[in-house]
Amino acid sequence: MSEENGVIYRISGPVVTAVGISPRMYEVVRVGDEGLMGEVIELHGDQSVIQVYEETSGVRPGEPVIRTGQTLSVQLGPGLLTKIYDGIQRPLPELEKTMGVFIKRGVDADGLDLGKNWDFKATAKPGDSVSSGDIIGTVQETKTIEHRVMMPPGKSGVIKNINSGEFNVTQTVCTLEDGTEVQMMQKWPVRTPRPFTKKHAPEVPLQTGQRILDFLFPLAKGGTAGIPGPFGSGKTVTQQQLAKWSDADIVVYIGCGERGNEMTEVLDEFPHLIDPKTGEALMNRTTMIANTSNMPVAAREASVYTGITIAEYFRDMGYDVALMADSTSRWAEAMREISSRLEEMPGEEGYPAYLSSRLAEFYERAGRVETLSGGDGSVSVIGAVSPPGGDISEPVSQGTLRIVKVFWGLDAGLARQRHFPAINWLNSYSLYPPSLDQWYRDNIKSDFPEIRTEISALLQVEAELQEIVQLVGSDALPVDQQLTLEVARMIREYFLQQNAFHDVDTYTDLKLQYTMAKAILSFQEESKKALAGGAALEDVVNVPARTDLMRGRFESGYADKIEELLDNMNKQIADTMEAN
Amino acid sequence: MTGKEYRTITDVKGPLVFLNKTEPVAFGEIVELRLTDGTLKNGQVLDTSDDQVIVQVFEGTASIDKQTGIKFLGDVFKLPVSTDMIGRILDGAGRPRDGGPAIVADEKADIIGAAINPYSRQSPDTFIQTGISAIDACTSLVRGQKLPIFSASGLPHNDIALQIARQAKLVDSDDDFVVVFCAMGITAEEYNFFVHDLERTGALENACLFVNLADDPAVERLITPRLALTAAEYLAFEKDYHVLVIYTDMTNYCESLRQIGAAREEVPGRRGYPGYMYTDLAMLYERAGLVKGKKGSITQFPILTMPGDDITHPIPDLSGYITEGQIVISRELHQKGIYPPINVLPSLSRLMNAGIGDGKTREDHKSVSDQLYAAYAQGRELRGLVAIVGEDALNERDLQLLKFADIFENKFLRQSRDEERSINEGTLDYAWELLANIDTKYLVRLDQKWIDKYHPTEKKV
Ligand SMILES: Nc1ncnc2c1ncn2[C@@H]1O[C@H](COP(=O)(O)OP(=O)(O)O)[C@@H](O)[C@H]1O
Ligand SMILES: [Mg+2]
Repeated sequence: MSEENGVIYRISGPVVTAVGISPRMYEVVRVGDEGLMGEVIELHGDQSVIQVYEETSGVRPGEPVIRTGQTLSVQLGPGLLTKIYDGIQRPLPELEKTMGVFIKRGVDADGLDLGKNWDFKATAKPGDSVSSGDIIGTVQETKTIEHRVMMPPGKSGVIKNINSGEFNVTQTVCTLEDGTEVQMMQKWPVRTPRPFTKKHAPEVPLQTGQRILDFLFPLAKGGTAGIPGPFGSGKTVTQQQLAKWSDADIVVYIGCGERGNEMTEVLDEFPHLIDPKTGEALMNRTTMIANTSNMPVAAREASVYTGITIAEYFRDMGYDVALMADSTSRWAEAMREISSRLEEMPGEEGYPAYLSSRLAEFYERAGRVETLSGGDGSVSVIGAVSPPGGDISEPVSQGTLRIVKVFWGLDAGLARQRHFPAINWLNSYSLYPPSLDQWYRDNIKSDFPEIRTEISALLQVEAELQEIVQLVGSDALPVDQQLTLEVARMIREYFLQQNAFHDVDTYTDLKLQYTMAKAILSFQEESKKALAGGAALEDVVNVPARTDLMRGRFESGYADKIEELLDNMNKQIADTMEAN
Repeated sequence: MTGKEYRTITDVKGPLVFLNKTEPVAFGEIVELRLTDGTLKNGQVLDTSDDQVIVQVFEGTASIDKQTGIKFLGDVFKLPVSTDMIGRILDGAGRPRDGGPAIVADEKADIIGAAINPYSRQSPDTFIQTGISAIDACTSLVRGQKLPIFSASGLPHNDIALQIARQAKLVDSDDDFVVVFCAMGITAEEYNFFVHDLERTGALENACLFVNLADDPAVERLITPRLALTAAEYLAFEKDYHVLVIYTDMTNYCESLRQIGAAREEVPGRRGYPGYMYTDLAMLYERAGLVKGKKGSITQFPILTMPGDDITHPIPDLSGYITEGQIVISRELHQKGIYPPINVLPSLSRLMNAGIGDGKTREDHKSVSDQLYAAYAQGRELRGLVAIVGEDALNERDLQLLKFADIFENKFLRQSRDEERSINEGTLDYAWELLANIDTKYLVRLDQKWIDKYHPTEKKV
């Protein structure tokens, strides 16, 4: 049945209509003389509408269309990490080998290296009763990541035979009593979420080392976040910072419809960056999907599904996975482009009416779960959004904000002032603190949530005072309010601003973040005392030791020095009383 | 290939011709239309099926009637490429416009251009000195970058583009650039301005021009930049040239795109531009860069005029989302008589960090750039405040910054059209000299070690 042949009736850009076959929805078909890969996206009388993952120029009506019987799936098994794929899991280095530096068409490539041998260590034994998702063995996939080989979906029984040793991903490593053979590689249709036992509430923060994110607007492991912002406001840098520094076990980075050079940058950089957790190269835990803006839009549409399926697969092994998609707007635009070729009834701004449900379904695949094998794993999803003109009243931003629990709002004004990360502290939010606070109390400091509240309150007060300053100038304010402005400025310049390109400043762990926040409050406290004791504000805020405290964050070993720097500052502030 | 001529036009709408009862026609196939008076036009297949074929006619559909004969040429649009293109002027469809002979092809290249495999790219990191301080100091350009000029009507973007084309060089090598210039819908006057300048400086011999002017067919503009980039790719990746592609005006290109969309009755995206404009522009802009194992490079300078000076308009907006930064031309500075009127504040070079610093430009470059930026930004902001509260309300620091904003505009930005400043003496040392107008205690972005080394009055020799 699957080897049924039809012919092309019509070609309109990436959308091809075929007649003479009756495939299933989302079945993969081969289109034209060159066998371009496509996926059935609509059935319509005797016509099948296909989105084609490769360029279609030169293709003619009458050329063949061949069913494969498969839905669009990814190959899952050892060998996913350190790889870079296009939107339909073709490894880009393989494509380079077969077609040179320009991506040509009609070339197939397996997602996994089928010939490569892995050292499989059986962890299950004959007589064990196993079912889908159970871990039967392990492979040291990279220096830092142990790949846990799971029973493929739909297979279960009692193990008859299982062997440790060198195997490639298609060889049988385990046989069940009923004769079922199990290989390391499994396939999974990308548009279907992988199963799990149940969802847990997120209670553990995803630590990113980015002060404004971790401290004010935290993301939970298994949570969802959206980063909307106009061009040049810092979406990509933020996503890359998260890919580098977040304390996930596995990172899936999707470059969806963005710049080619940005992917090259990640490829150049990650093998040299050291994971603070493992001391090994970050590349060991990373899989990349690159379907850049000039690569076929249908494959761009598929890229986010390819990425999240790989993420879920590692989650099912019991890992914490963080997935970044830069940019979900380009994915939505790919949907819009295909939809308009299908002449579907458009919704808002030409996007298909199902845009918001697609967005919801995608983010719904995030979460902290109990896996089928009883483990604990999570997928956190962070999506960049690129609103036209930076105006987030548009459908993709709005559709995203309705779903995600964290909103990191990038602000063109801050970016223009070179305040980076340009996350607006007044309108950004995270809904996770209530479920994470216990974790902070237990693991960082018992008053962590209260300190956070004080810091955000100061920023709020600053915003109100600034309105007055705009009208009358700051000198007209009473001294205590002028001090508040100074404290808020310190929060902004010392704490919120963080230079992604500075070796030291690029990452701050949570404990140090807490200490820095306390240092700011201590500055406020000591200054108040000094002012009450007759010191001049000008003298208090200009004590040289405060500059030392603030600049110190650019030097390594700051965590060991900060207490001393703080003492110096406090002493100098106290001394300002005597000067008067 | 088929050679068969059809006279089966059913509809003509805007730049589109609809016909039926054809043999199978390829998507993207090139079409020749023969009008009853013998005139030939060219087109390309936009949609094809057993029942209907839609052809986009490059020269517009004027005078086409149902008797017009249509021939499908059996192939997609290909450009004959050869190094002989250097020194030639071609029209918007790639035919000689300079009276010279047809280009004898080394090979024919598909003008759509395949995407560069992201894995095969090489990160651009070689600084290009443009000799323009605002660009070299604050939005440094690197070889292989795509850096558009966001301008508006009546501003001297052409002068700036030409000055860059004339002066662009590497600091420590004499690798030269070949210029591929692509005109889309600009006026004859603007075009002459470009050609005269290129002639005057002898650059024309080292350039290849593709020209579609305002009175040339609008639809042809959709292929002109693709021809230019195809030539650029050939020169860069087959023949090892470093190519500088200047194309102007992207706004006219986008208008043509909108026209086709409207004729096809597509659901429009923002402000009537097609929903796929981002992808379409990316197919041009992403044809810049360096690739592993090839010596040449493509650096792009697209010029676009922002309708209504509005940077959020879809044309600059979508461009900015794709390009690696932007150089923004300011009407306000232009009106103050400052050339080049580059507003460094909204300008950005995303690849700057990779191209500057020790061993590339100078160790203090980043610090100086940050400090110039910060001081100028604050100075400009203070202008607003002074307008309300007066200068008396300013403290010493603010007064110095306010003054610096003027110094920056009048001395640092301002230079003449043929003034070429070297990065070290001409730009960075000059920046230090100007920054010395501010007390060092207010120059918080400058590392002490650079002050000790480069500050004109406080350096420790
Ligand atoms: N955290 C940061 N630290 C320093 N510079 C930053 C930071 N975030 C953004 N930038 C600057 O802003 C530029 C644009 O950031 P990018 O992430 O590429 O923006 P977007 O993806 O929103 O277009 C970068 O090239 C860099 O110069
Ligand atoms: Mg980006």
